[in-house]
Amino acid sequence: MRNRLAVLLPAWAWLLIFVAAPAGILGAIALAEADPGVPPFRLAWSTAGFAMLVADDYYLGAFLTALRVAATTAGLCLAIAYPMAMGIARARPDRRVLLLALLMLPFWTGFLLRVGAWIGLLRDEGWINGLLQGLGITDAPLPMLYTEGAMLVGMVHAYLPFAVLPLFAALLRLDPTLLEAAADLGARPAIAFLTVTLPATAPAAAAAFLLVFIPAAGEFVIPELMGPSEANLVGRVLWQEFFQNRDWPVAAALAVALLVLLLVPIRLFQRLEARP
Amino acid sequence: MTRGRFVRAALAAGLLFLWLPILLLVVYAFSADRIPFQWGGFSLRWFSALAANERLVEAALLSLRIAAGAATLAVLIGGAAGWALARFGPFRGRAVFGALIGAPLVLPEVVTGLSLLLLFVALETATGWPQGRGALTVLFAHATLGAAFVAVVIQARLAETDRSLEEAAMDLGATPFTAFRTVTLPLIAPALTAGWLLAFTLSLDDVVIASFVSGPAGTTLPMALFAMLRLGLTPEVNALGAVIVLGVGAMLAVAALLLRPRRG
Repeated sequence: MRNRLAVLLPAWAWLLIFVAAPAGILGAIALAEADPGVPPFRLAWSTAGFAMLVADDYYLGAFLTALRVAATTAGLCLAIAYPMAMGIARARPDRRVLLLALLMLPFWTGFLLRVGAWIGLLRDEGWINGLLQGLGITDAPLPMLYTEGAMLVGMVHAYLPFAVLPLFAALLRLDPTLLEAAADLGARPAIAFLTVTLPATAPAAAAAFLLVFIPAAGEFVIPELMGPSEANLVGRVLWQEFFQNRDWPVAAALAVALLVLLLVPIRLFQRLEARP
Repeated sequence: MTRGRFVRAALAAGLLFLWLPILLLVVYAFSADRIPFQWGGFSLRWFSALAANERLVEAALLSLRIAAGAATLAVLIGGAAGWALARFGPFRGRAVFGALIGAPLVLPEVVTGLSLLLLFVALETATGWPQGRGALTVLFAHATLGAAFVAVVIQARLAETDRSLEEAAMDLGATPFTAFRTVTLPLIAPALTAGWLLAFTLSLDDVVIASFVSGPAGTTLPMALFAMLRLGLTPEVNALGAVIVLGVGAMLAVAALLLRPRRG
C-alpha cells in the first residue's frame, strides 16, 4: 500500500496543481471584472464577460467561423484520408511500415516550418505563382496566401496524418472476404465501398473526424499566419483579447465557452475510442 | 481493377501533398537568391546567416534545454500515472485521475496555455513563486502536456504485458520495488523511450502554450520562428528547415541502423 501511495501522491499533486487548479482559476477569472491594474482584473462574481459573448455578434461570429472551418477541415481530411488509408491497408505488410513512416514523418519536421513552407509556395512572389507565370498561364500573381483557401490547405496539411491512422486501423480489421463476396455478387467497387467498407468503418471515420475537429476548433497559428485578416476564429479572438486588448476576463470567458462547446465532441470521441 | 489504381493514385497524391512543401523548403535552402523559393544558384550563404543569427541560435538552445527537461519530467509523471491506471485496479478517485491526466490531450492549446498562465500569475500573487515567467514556467507547462501522452503510451504498453511475470517475481520473494526494477522496467523501457521522444518533440513544436506562459527572457525557437513568419518569409527559415529535416532524417537513419534486425 505504501508503494502505491509513493506512486500516486506525486502524480495526484502534479495533476491537482497543473490541471485542476488552472481550470478552477480560469473559471474564476471568467467571472472577474476587468481592471486597469496588474494583473488586469479584480475578482468578482460578474457575468459581464459571458454576457458580452452572447450580446456581441463579433464573438458569436468567432464561434460560428471556428466551427465551420473546423468542420470543413475535418471533412476534407476524411475525404482525402479514406483512399490513403485504404492504399496503406492493402499494401504488402512489409511496405506498410514504410508508407506509415512516410505518413507520420512530416509531423516530426515541425509544425511552424510546414506553415512556413506553405507561405513560400502560396505568396504572391511564391513558388506556385512563379511557376504559373513562367508557364505563361497567368500574367499577374494570383492572390492565394491570406485567403480562406490557403488557411484550409494549411490546416488539412497539419491534421491529415491524424485522420489516416484510425481509418487505417479499422480497415485492417475489415474482413476482406466481405468485399470479395460483394464483388462476386456483382457490386462495382464504388457500390462495395458504400455498402460494405463505409458502414463497417463508420465509427473509425467518426473518430477520425473528431480527432481533427477538436483541435482545429481552437486553432490559432494557421489562421493567424495563412488566413485572411477577417477570419476571426475563436482561438484568434481569444489571443487578441488576451495579448492586445489585455482583457483577461473576456479571454477566460471565451476559453470556458469553447470548452463547453467542445465537451460533446470530446465525450463522443472518448466513447468511440473506448469501443472494443 | 480500376479501383486498385484509384486508391494507389490517391495514396501517392496524398503523400506528395504532405511532402512537396517540405522537400521544396529544403531544396531552396541551398539557393543563393534573397527571395525564398526562388532559385539563384547553389549557395550555402543562408546557413552561415542562420549560424550568425544569435537570437535564433540562443532560442534553439533554450528550446532544446526546455524540451529535454520537460520530456524527463513528463516520463516520471506520465509513467507513474500510466502505471497506476494500468495496475492499481479501481483505486479511489480513479475516474477523476484519468480525466485529469488525459485533459491536455483534448483541450485546445489556447485554453491550456491561458489557464496555465493564470495559474502561474495566481501562484506568484499568493506565494511569490514563480518570480516572473520564462523557461521554467514553459518547462512545467510542457511537462504537463507531455505527461498526458506518456501516460497513454505506458498504460497501453502495460495493458499488453503479462502481469503474472511481476507476480511470479514477487512470489519468488522479490519486493515490489525489485519486481518493478527487474521485470516491469525492462518490459516498458521501449515505451518510456518512445514517450520521452514524443514529449520532447511536442515541446520543441509548441508555440501557443509557450507564448502564453513564457516571459521576456524565455523566447523559445518556435516563438522566434512565429515572430519571423508573421513578418514574412526569409531564406533563413528555409535554412533552419533544412537543418531540422536533415537532422531528424539523420537521427532516424541511425535509429533504423541500430534497431535493424541482426542476421546470423
